[in-house]
Amino acid sequence: MITKRIIPCLDVKDGRVVKGVNFQGLSDVSSPVELGQYYSDSGADELVFYDITASSEGRRLFTDILTEVARTIFIPLTVGGGISTLDDFDRVLKCGADKVSVNSGAIRNPRLIFEAAKRYGDQCVVLSADVKRVDGVFRVFAKGGRENTGMEAIAWIKKGVELGAGEVVVNSIDTDGVKRGFDLEMLDAVCSAVSVPVIASGGAGGIGDFVTLFKTIPRVDAGLAASIFHFGEVTIPALKAALKENKIPVREV
Amino acid sequence: MIAIVDYGVGNLFSLKSSLAALGQETLVTGDAETLHRADKILLPGVGAFGDAAEKLRATGLDTAIVDAARGGKPLMGICLGMQLLFDRGFEYGEHAGLSLIPGEVRPIAEVIPPALKIPHIGWNALRFAEKKSPLFRYIREGDCVYFVHSFYAAKCGEDVIATAEYGAPLTAAVQRGNVCGCQFHPEKSGRVGLAILKAFCE
Repeated sequence: MITKRIIPCLDVKDGRVVKGVNFQGLSDVSSPVELGQYYSDSGADELVFYDITASSEGRRLFTDILTEVARTIFIPLTVGGGISTLDDFDRVLKCGADKVSVNSGAIRNPRLIFEAAKRYGDQCVVLSADVKRVDGVFRVFAKGGRENTGMEAIAWIKKGVELGAGEVVVNSIDTDGVKRGFDLEMLDAVCSAVSVPVIASGGAGGIGDFVTLFKTIPRVDAGLAASIFHFGEVTIPALKAALKENKIPVREV
Repeated sequence: MIAIVDYGVGNLFSLKSSLAALGQETLVTGDAETLHRADKILLPGVGAFGDAAEKLRATGLDTAIVDAARGGKPLMGICLGMQLLFDRGFEYGEHAGLSLIPGEVRPIAEVIPPALKIPHIGWNALRFAEKKSPLFRYIREGDCVYFVHSFYAAKCGEDVIATAEYGAPLTAAVQRGNVCGCQFHPEKSGRVGLAILKAFCE
């Protein structure tokens, strides 16, 4: 049976990992290469790198470092952050990314999903949606969760999948950073609406939250988190052991 | 030298990098003469069967690959590259493959329960055939590898060396003499994938 994926997410600025990562035994805790290797060795099933740089110089540094990561780490790599054009897809895929995640760029221009899926295949295009409840309705937010687009989220995600997105990352703004668990209600709504893999993001505070996620919504394919991994609150081997104990299929390294 | 066939299909960066990590000398090439000189050949591929088969034919690489394989040169197809080794594929119509291994490539949807998602994407465990292939000499049954595919190799029973369970036992790897193929991506399958590539390269 296909295993549930555990995906650490790294924010990269000017080619360096930000959000102060705190590990023993790493000589350079802000090196995407060292951190990527650490996660890969400890059993991460995939890595996501978000480029949060705004300048073109920063983007060049990002692709340099991505190339270096892809040369040394042989698990799927997803890249996101500022992807607005097919040229952006081309730029990161040439550096060794396997999938590209689109968010605000696809909200501005939904055709981007269609064009990219046509050129690189559906499996390459990941739709990432930041979703928040507004007056009881799931709404899509753009620009890193700062701007309410007014679009109803489930309809937007369905449209993205119809346009060719091969996977969906659902990031709940309501649960993000709260560390009291994933947004099960929101994830259930998305899983009922689309048939492509769904990746849960936002809210993981501990191992139990991943167990609850996969037990409550077996259709969720993967759990994504950042800070709990970076700060060592949850290690991937311990997480996978707990999932296995709960009869949730995982890849052991 | 190991030749990685470049016929304009898919991203060869990771495959080249993984062989470099194994200390292997590789050449990414679309040149038939270079394939002739190579010690071993890797045929990658991502995309649709018909389109890829047509690109191989248009460049004359199909003949070069088939000649090399029939001459005994070790050949490994990866993902769509594996599917191309068979007689025919049924993705957007019927298309001829390289006929190096008997069998055909059909939609996964024909054999798995409708509730399962397509493509079959993610890490899945390998189940070996009764006789363990030398390709797996550095890995164990149950080790996971990374899959992304919507079509699978059918009617190739005797050459199947591994399957992956996804509502049905899907062909994960095949071998017929010096010709082998992996439906999964060894270059994206971490330590296990590298161990399979190492076994092929030696």
